[in-house]
Amino acid sequence: MKVSQNDVTYIAQLANLELTSDERAGLERDLNSILEYVDRLSELDTKDVPPMAQVLAARDGAEPGDSARDDIAQGLRPSLPREEALANAPDSDGEFFLVPKVIERG
Amino acid sequence: MTDFTVLGIEDIRREVQARSLTALGIAEHHYASIAAQDEEIGAFLTLSKERALAQADRIDRMAAEGKSLPPLAGVPVGIKDVMVTRGVRTTAGSKILEHFIPPYDCTAVARLEAAGAVVLGKLNCDEFAMGSSNENSAYRPVHNPRDLSRVPGGSSGGSAAAVAANMAVATLGSDTGGSIRQPAAFCGVVGMKPTYGRVSRYGLIAFASSLDHIGPFARSVKDAATVLQVIAGRDPMDSTSANIPVPDYVAELEKPVRGLRIGVAREYFGDGLDGEVRDAVESAVEKLRALGCEIVPVSLPHTPYAIPAYYVIATAEASANLERYDGVRYTQRAKDSKTLANMYRRSRDEGFGREVKRRIMLGTYVLSAGYYDAYYLKAQKVRTLLARDFEQAFREVDVIGTPTSPTAAFKIGEKSDDPLAMYLADIYTVTANLAGIPGISIPCGETKAKLPIGLQILGKHFDEGTVFRVAHAFEQAS
Repeated sequence: MKVSQNDVTYIAQLANLELTSDERAGLERDLNSILEYVDRLSELDTKDVPPMAQVLAARDGAEPGDSARDDIAQGLRPSLPREEALANAPDSDGEFFLVPKVIERG
Repeated sequence: MTDFTVLGIEDIRREVQARSLTALGIAEHHYASIAAQDEEIGAFLTLSKERALAQADRIDRMAAEGKSLPPLAGVPVGIKDVMVTRGVRTTAGSKILEHFIPPYDCTAVARLEAAGAVVLGKLNCDEFAMGSSNENSAYRPVHNPRDLSRVPGGSSGGSAAAVAANMAVATLGSDTGGSIRQPAAFCGVVGMKPTYGRVSRYGLIAFASSLDHIGPFARSVKDAATVLQVIAGRDPMDSTSANIPVPDYVAELEKPVRGLRIGVAREYFGDGLDGEVRDAVESAVEKLRALGCEIVPVSLPHTPYAIPAYYVIATAEASANLERYDGVRYTQRAKDSKTLANMYRRSRDEGFGREVKRRIMLGTYVLSAGYYDAYYLKAQKVRTLLARDFEQAFREVDVIGTPTSPTAAFKIGEKSDDPLAMYLADIYTVTANLAGIPGISIPCGETKAKLPIGLQILGKHFDEGTVFRVAHAFEQAS
């Protein structure tokens, strides 16, 4: 087993998930079985192979900059009106998104 | 009485232009078909009737005024619920977006409507397009119209089922590892994933940005080509959309296939391939030979590494893309959270389903300190090797023919408890996403149990024209 229960708890924190203890046990099992399968990648010698970070750049003759456009002052379209931008907010004061307190006071 | 099951896109436009059919009547017919069948099938999550009927009315008025109608005039279409639609609920198949009403339209949808299409509604899919069976929808599974006890494939299961059951003439899906082609094969329809960058992804809810594609489903290759024609091409709102002219795909269909070189890779006919699927695909290849194509063996030696590389890259990208669902902007928030961090975690815990959490966790793990080089960087290097395999093969051949999926549609529930077995359903399709090349799935026969089998045709970057041409020739000869 590569991934322990402690790892699952740590990764869940990084991923902003809480997870029930049942979920954590299931994920420990699933992650280990998937990673065991993924380990076959180590059979390949990739010492001199560059990582493929850009799909279009791999194309003959195309540069990543192909798709860049000129800077424009106004944006491609007007910004959304504030009420539309806030329409899906679970909580707002009509001007900002509202969230619970960020800083704890002791 | 018009038989709508045989009307293609061109027929509909012609009949509406001639006013022998109305766009309104066609839309109403399809809504009736949805009402009659969709309780069983489950393809649609949301109907956009008001928007559809207004568009149909606009088309009918244009016809009445004698104006020349655009190419998709009056064509009833459905949209996978991962593409945002202004004013029409868009869920991505997830509870976390249950009440999300987007403030703008996805470019592909806007282009369909500008071409006269009538958007009937939003189609069911695996949550955030993560799945190969549509069982990961937070709302309900989709049933395969060809056999209701079986899955329609995924993640664009609703898009495939809607076309297969004649509830829409064409639909849009998205394909990150096979999510258009595999359900097309399972449901017996045509599904096309174009080249990376061919279709704008503006307004597509992101799963894995270097692998995500939008593409069409239809009943014929010609209809699929007509839809791609409309949605393809540069969009300033998506910097990854390619600045490359879009050819006339329908004109390409009529070009002869004699002399084209079709590659066959033995890596796509190995262990795990069902015997009936193998037989059907091998006879399909023979049929292409009979049409004058030359069959050339090619080798894609890194194919066995595609699934592990894919699940590292796709989940890594997903873990970053899904970070935005944090209970602040997208409608769902866990109640009574005392702190911000607690609110984030509880909102995501409540909103995401099992497979989405699994992938976020895997993606976070492979990107985390100490594992990045071993997993993520390694997978990106293997991706280069897979892309080089295709580059090499396409020096010898024009297209490559493969099975779309190792089996026909499996039973609902059959693989839902085994993530790895489910991931292997994508074994022949993920390679095209990793390399960014176009691929189509077209029906090429049935199993003894009458389940459809798909032939996949893969092509060179931006050579959808040749892919369509071979697919069309095969379809016409079938």
